[in-house]
Amino acid sequence: MENLGYLLAAFAVIWAAVFGYVLFMQRKQHRLEREIDLLRESLDKSREK
Amino acid sequence: MNRKKLRDRLLLALTFALMMAALATVFLYAPTEKHTGVIQRIFYFHVPVAWVAFLAYFITFIGSILYLSKRKARWDALAAASAEVGVLFTTLVLITGPIWARPVWGIWWTWDARLTTSLVLWLIYIAYLLVRRFAGEPGRGARLAAVVGIAGFIDVPLVFITVNLWRTQHPTTIIFEGGLTGSMLVTLLVCLVAFTLLYILLVRQATGLKMLETEIKNIKRMREE
Repeated sequence: MENLGYLLAAFAVIWAAVFGYVLFMQRKQHRLEREIDLLRESLDKSREK
Repeated sequence: MNRKKLRDRLLLALTFALMMAALATVFLYAPTEKHTGVIQRIFYFHVPVAWVAFLAYFITFIGSILYLSKRKARWDALAAASAEVGVLFTTLVLITGPIWARPVWGIWWTWDARLTTSLVLWLIYIAYLLVRRFAGEPGRGARLAAVVGIAGFIDVPLVFITVNLWRTQHPTTIIFEGGLTGSMLVTLLVCLVAFTLLYILLVRQATGLKMLETEIKNIKRMREE
């Protein structure tokens, strides 16, 4: 099993990058959802006025 | 559950199942190559990752043309999302390639035609993402990025044909020349399908987020005016 370390490193990099990107998208989604909530709140306030 | 959510969940389940099948075929089904040994198995992920990068840039190319001709935000969102995923996968190509090269060639990197054009490809689409981010007014950024997305695509066929045009250290495209048969070919095909599904899944999500981001920016701008 010569060079197994290299093989495992390559697979680890691929999966780490994919999961990292998914995590990045998830955080972005949460940020956008927060922004929508803020917009909704400010819209409600301006309606009340 | 609405139809879009159901489709997304089905796609996620299918991608997950195929990824598991790909891992099983790579490690349990594919034979160990005679000359390079176990390290050759990187090939089953390196090639699909490169294929996805090419596919991603092709979709960016189409999305950019459609955005410039129709000026619909969804085409810009698709082009941008695909370029983002393309950059991610090109980064993986540029990392997994040298990891394979070190034990096989004895070096991490060489400035041969395939490797150099791949690096240039990565830089072009990094530029695409930077143009979008720093062009100021969003419409201007989208237009400029679309031009980069169309012009930059020239490098994709160039990367592909370099190994046939010049003498390079990089292996040639043996897949289309019948150099890969039996269980090795089956393994590669399973990996290609799995990674293509992963690309579709990621681009669908990224496009949705970009559309949402654009809408929020537009609402904010309208409120300020």
